[in-house]
Amino acid sequence: MATLKPVDAVVVGFGWTGGIIANELLKAGVSVVALERGEFRDTDPDFVEYSRYDELAYAIHYKMMQDTSKETLTFRNDRRQTALPMRQLGSFLPGDGVGGAGVHWNGATWRFLPSDLTLRSHYTQKYGASIFGEDCTSADWGVTYEELEPYYDRFEYLCGIAGKAGNIQGRIQEGGNPFEGPRRRDYPNPPLIRSAIGHTFAVAAEKLGYHPFPQPAANSTRRYTNPEGVTLGECIYCGYCERFGCETGAKASLQTTLWPKIAKSANFELRTHATVLKVNLDGSRKKAVSVTYIDSQGREQVQPASMVFLTAFALNNVHLLLLSGIGKPYDPLTNTGVVGKNYAYQAGTSTQLFFNSGKYFNAFMGAGAQSVCIDDFNGDNFDHSGKDFVAGGLISASSSGFRPILYHPVPKGTPRWGAAWKKAVAHYYNRSFTIGSQGSVQAYRGNYLDLDPTYKDVYGRPLLRMTFDFGPHEHKAAALIAQVQERIARAAGASSYATSPLSAHYNIVPYQSTHNTGGAIMGTDPTKSVVNKYLQSWDVPNVFVMGASAFPQNAGYNPTGTVGALTYMAADAIVSRYLKNPGPLA
Amino acid sequence: MPEHVSRRDFVALVGGVTAAEVIPAVAEAQSAPKKRSTKAPPKAPAFEPLENRPEAYTFFTAPEAAFVEAAVERLIPTDELGPGAKEAGVAYFIDQQLGGEFGFAAKMYRQGPWAEGLPTQGYQLPLTPREVYRLAIAETNAYCKKRYGKRFDKLSPALQDTVLQALEEGKLTFESVPGKLFFEMLYANTNQGFFSDPMYGGNRNKIGWKLIGHPGVPVAYNAFIGRYNVPYRVAEPVGIADVERKIGLGGGES
Repeated sequence: MATLKPVDAVVVGFGWTGGIIANELLKAGVSVVALERGEFRDTDPDFVEYSRYDELAYAIHYKMMQDTSKETLTFRNDRRQTALPMRQLGSFLPGDGVGGAGVHWNGATWRFLPSDLTLRSHYTQKYGASIFGEDCTSADWGVTYEELEPYYDRFEYLCGIAGKAGNIQGRIQEGGNPFEGPRRRDYPNPPLIRSAIGHTFAVAAEKLGYHPFPQPAANSTRRYTNPEGVTLGECIYCGYCERFGCETGAKASLQTTLWPKIAKSANFELRTHATVLKVNLDGSRKKAVSVTYIDSQGREQVQPASMVFLTAFALNNVHLLLLSGIGKPYDPLTNTGVVGKNYAYQAGTSTQLFFNSGKYFNAFMGAGAQSVCIDDFNGDNFDHSGKDFVAGGLISASSSGFRPILYHPVPKGTPRWGAAWKKAVAHYYNRSFTIGSQGSVQAYRGNYLDLDPTYKDVYGRPLLRMTFDFGPHEHKAAALIAQVQERIARAAGASSYATSPLSAHYNIVPYQSTHNTGGAIMGTDPTKSVVNKYLQSWDVPNVFVMGASAFPQNAGYNPTGTVGALTYMAADAIVSRYLKNPGPLA
Repeated sequence: MPEHVSRRDFVALVGGVTAAEVIPAVAEAQSAPKKRSTKAPPKAPAFEPLENRPEAYTFFTAPEAAFVEAAVERLIPTDELGPGAKEAGVAYFIDQQLGGEFGFAAKMYRQGPWAEGLPTQGYQLPLTPREVYRLAIAETNAYCKKRYGKRFDKLSPALQDTVLQALEEGKLTFESVPGKLFFEMLYANTNQGFFSDPMYGGNRNKIGWKLIGHPGVPVAYNAFIGRYNVPYRVAEPVGIADVERKIGLGGGES
């Protein structure tokens, strides 16, 4: 074991949050070492080769995702079951390598609603506390939309988000999302072009009195130089976005928004193939002194640092906290402790529309976040009186580019194989589309993360254990969302449609969403949260835990916009206050 | 924005492929790419897609190869819409896959203890895909010989369908490997082999892509994405090897 030269800050995981905090610290003159378990990659040469248009390698064999032979987790639906290893990826796809999952995302970049961030108090005040039910542990975030607004704006301008504002300083804008919280200004780039799929959805939704608008997209619609001086390319609607890197540098990622700047800093060092095993504390257990990692040659290294930033994927942040003994682990029996509590996810309901004639969608074209959405059934945008659930979900029709191995839909009743299947596939590949939803997921007492008692990773550490199932809020909201989707399908004139309802029990096999949240939640009370609103550990104040692990529950939107905003808010407090006077920020 | 984007000849290549044979709207789309290439499609020589790869099995034994060729042809048959999975090289694709990362379950967590688990917990067997194929083909052939007097590939198409359906529905299963697990693996691999880039040995002559109207390696679609209900068709879909052979690798400028 070797102890390396101390640095001011060590960043564990080099994706969105690691890149943002590293850049802000470097600007303040702080020395930073970033430790990334995966490989280095950049637009050129990794994503400009034609071999990037390889659905089999990237989308089926998960070229850029976590290697479960080394690290994975165990899973069960409830704690009476025995958790078993997730032996291969399925339901969600954590990234691996520089940029993390922020390289292979689609780019949907949302702000949460003001009422999402004050969820517990908002719904309690408006509908009464009983709307939550007994086991629901959803909470206020400890931060308001007004506080976060400047940081949402910063992240959007960093990424060159293409969109149409719906509410600028309280004035509702035609063509945008009328339900969104007020924003100081419009998006930096015009929205993506509306596709045939989006057009069909929008016309049907409008007919029903809903309010369609283009999804805010980190797929830049023109050459764009961000405030950091880094230039993004223009989206070409190639259809290879989710699970792929971007050829033209139009999709916002660490590589396309910050890396060229960070790479120039003499105060910065990136070490790839460096897997952090744990954070080391001093004798008081109130101060982190270093992290231990395994390097590319299998050697154990100790990197001393004054500040430690856990900026890995949400699940891995929680794993590292548990392995390092930072914060009290959550116990669902006594409902005490905090680390691992309020694990949540995203609830998916979708309806597939089929057209026998009159429509042709060129399903293979598109941009990752090219969707037309309605927000009429999300958050508290609709009246929850008499409904015994909170929140809801975004409903949208996507043109993210549908590649043929994973996407060749056939109407209900079609055989799964043989000549009839072949005929249906040939006809419907370009004559079908999906209305999907991002359903919010509440936190429950029985949904949590802890360490598995049996299974170990390749480094000999206990695997993270996930105990999770969908609850009553998700099922009730999903039933409403399915009704709305079917209404739109009929208004769109679909020849037939088939709804995939939210599964009765969460299943870790089929892909659903990489929006894993919670486990290191933020809040105002150290007995109920892991970090304060600046993402600072209550127990070990020189440790910061950044990412969707901080969400007390998940809203009905993609999480990255809020992850970016929270990271910028934390960075602001760290640079302006913590560096001068290290200690608790709240 | 990377410099390579403006220098590439890719649209010129695809323009040459399609200009003579596509509907006018498409030619227009191809001649007005945004940013990706500043060059108008030249009068390119006729595009000649790569010929088929040499055919040889690296993993399957002769009876295994015969089984897989017969089975994939039942899943995606040759019919009036065109060739099926066998002609598309899907059996060779699966053979190649079983010799690599997939076959050896390179990224699978393979530590015990092993337990049956619930359907929501996913795959829980110690078997790799190579082992699943080897065991299940032998078991299915043994069943067919006992029940019908012949191994699977010698049965009539109708009987082959009956056997495949029994595997799919879990009615036919084995001591060494679940029949349904094998069917689902074969089913997924057949789809992959029919629709993946031809460089992996399947989707030969882009049979799968032609069937559904998929153009293969994309061009810049900016000028086309806003056109509604107009099919975008190329005369010959483009594979990764086609592009690499024609104009070389894409990056490496910096």
